[in-house]
Amino acid sequence: MQATLAHPHAIAPEGSPPGALRQALARAESRRKWRAFALTLPLLVFLLLTLLVPIAALLQRAVENPEVANALPATMRALDGWDRKDAPGAPAYAALVQDLARLPDSSDAGALARRLNTEVPGARSLIMGAYRALPVAGTPEAIRAQLLDKDPRWADAPLWQAIAKNGARWTPDYLLASVDLQRDALGHIERMPEEQRAFGGILLRTFHISLVVTLVCLLLGYPLAWWLATLPARPANVLMILVLVPFWTSILVRVAAWIVLLQSEGLVNRGLMGLGVIEQPLALLFNRTGVVIAMVHILLPFMILPLYSVMKSVPPTYLRAAVSLGSSPVAAFFRVYVPQTYPGIGAGALLVFILAIGYYVTPALLGGADDQMLSYYIARYTNVEVNWGMACALGALLLAATLVLYGVYRRFGKAELSLG
Amino acid sequence: MFRLPSFPLYATLADKLGWWAVRALCVAVLAFLLAPILVMVPLSFSESSFLAYPIHGWSLKWYQNLFESPEWARATRNSFIVAPAATLIATVLGTLAAVGLSRADFRFKGLLMGILIAPMVVPIIVVGVATYLYFAPLGLADSYLGLIVVHAALGAPFVLTTVLATLAGFNHNLVRASLSLGETPLNTFFRITLPVIAPGVISGAMFAFATSFDEVVVTLFLAGADQSTLPRQMFNGIRENISPTIAAVATLLILFTTSLLLALEWLRGRRA
Repeated sequence: MQATLAHPHAIAPEGSPPGALRQALARAESRRKWRAFALTLPLLVFLLLTLLVPIAALLQRAVENPEVANALPATMRALDGWDRKDAPGAPAYAALVQDLARLPDSSDAGALARRLNTEVPGARSLIMGAYRALPVAGTPEAIRAQLLDKDPRWADAPLWQAIAKNGARWTPDYLLASVDLQRDALGHIERMPEEQRAFGGILLRTFHISLVVTLVCLLLGYPLAWWLATLPARPANVLMILVLVPFWTSILVRVAAWIVLLQSEGLVNRGLMGLGVIEQPLALLFNRTGVVIAMVHILLPFMILPLYSVMKSVPPTYLRAAVSLGSSPVAAFFRVYVPQTYPGIGAGALLVFILAIGYYVTPALLGGADDQMLSYYIARYTNVEVNWGMACALGALLLAATLVLYGVYRRFGKAELSLG
Repeated sequence: MFRLPSFPLYATLADKLGWWAVRALCVAVLAFLLAPILVMVPLSFSESSFLAYPIHGWSLKWYQNLFESPEWARATRNSFIVAPAATLIATVLGTLAAVGLSRADFRFKGLLMGILIAPMVVPIIVVGVATYLYFAPLGLADSYLGLIVVHAALGAPFVLTTVLATLAGFNHNLVRASLSLGETPLNTFFRITLPVIAPGVISGAMFAFATSFDEVVVTLFLAGADQSTLPRQMFNGIRENISPTIAAVATLLILFTTSLLLALEWLRGRRA
């Protein structure tokens, strides 16, 4: 590649000295590389346009805060140098009215009012009230008096603090809120008051459910993968199909199946009652138990497949050697065999955990209000609360956690995400 | 497969019991994996409108219900519009990229590979929200095009990795021979390379198809009611009121995906 850049017109005529030949070869080689790269370009461009640019926009939206900065430029100038303690002076009121009057559309006032309302409850009615009262004219003092006359809350400092805090085009607030931090009126970062902390608990719950699912998958998947790996090829392949059938079956089919099985009149409860294990039907649905059972069912093949492929490469002679040297089979298994499967355990566990933390459909359909995971709140802030900044910040958090874990996963060597 | 084990002479009773315990656990895990799926099949033929056992009478009315319902017909049609279109795009782009990546080593190849398989890693909810917020102002939300391109993007990495794996065992001398005999690169690709890697391309395409065919989260965000697909219709059906019609759809889907899987296993046998 370098040779081409240095001598863009190097050609090797017949009988030329070796130096020129080398150049020609380098040129041909670099042409080959460019052609190979060019074949990947269509997919690269396609992914950029359909996925990567939208995701970049989502990340940008997580720190973007355009509403106040766009709507209230003069107010921001008037608030410059304000100590952010008591309500600001009359010029700020005049600037605010001036800014509101300049808004091209009532929907811009609506966006501003919504944005401020997420910071200070009641701000929406204040802003919309002032907007509807336009035009307001007079000296700054007269304007201030008119606004206060309409609503005494205009003298409250928190509204003005929220305006001042959100005057910048970029904000860390959404990201801070996603880990239960906030900026106080003066811009210092602090923990949210106890009763407002929501996302830390959600994050913890997401990791907790994912961890439980991963552990159960490992406990159930390890013996099965081991058995499959020790069987001869033909029966192993037949049994592998039994693992792959659920893997290929639609997730919604499986969720529906678990609803049928776990309902209070379902086979599981009837079976347990028939065996005399329980007197009353257990509540297995729309709670944590149902979510974990269905998630284990869906993610178990993702544990079995990497474990199986690592176990296939472990020579069975090592175990026999250990036993023939006097180890008990159980000790040999845990001290000789299991350590050799650590890469499979690591890859399987990370894969299951990565997939689990992004789960949405299963908890949404099988869980109760206290079993919803991070994805549910991302969807909720997008569709129901229409707080896209918060949705994007939570999305950015989930994406970051996933990518970090995926980076660790890739370190486990050859373990490319291969489901074939 | 199920013959009794011949334990070595030194095996103690505990060893034998342990062996049986592990086997029992394995069979139980296999049952756990399969039973929930099989449970749905008989219920779809049940006369009762409750999804519960025991089944008292048999009937095909839920299938009739399914085939006469305009919503399910539309969802089926949509699934069979979106998934094949997404598969086609994913397969063409993914195969091209795999051929390119297998041909030469160039700088940043690892990074490029990382970017190209990113759709496999990014949480699906992030894809859903990001494309919804980005596509809606462009008029691509509530459209087939938006749904198809995002499904294609989700499926392409499966094609890429499957075809790359097939190309790893490909003998490049075949291409050199063809080129040295005067064949054009394009003809060489279609007459030499493609037939050899075809099983990989087809199984990659099937992965892409299954990805789109079972995708619900992006569809929830990006598709309007008119573009509702089978999984989305099922999602709504399960959330509102789960009826035996769902069992009938589930049975048909199980049949469909199992035949896809068996075809895939057959292809894998050919590829190996």
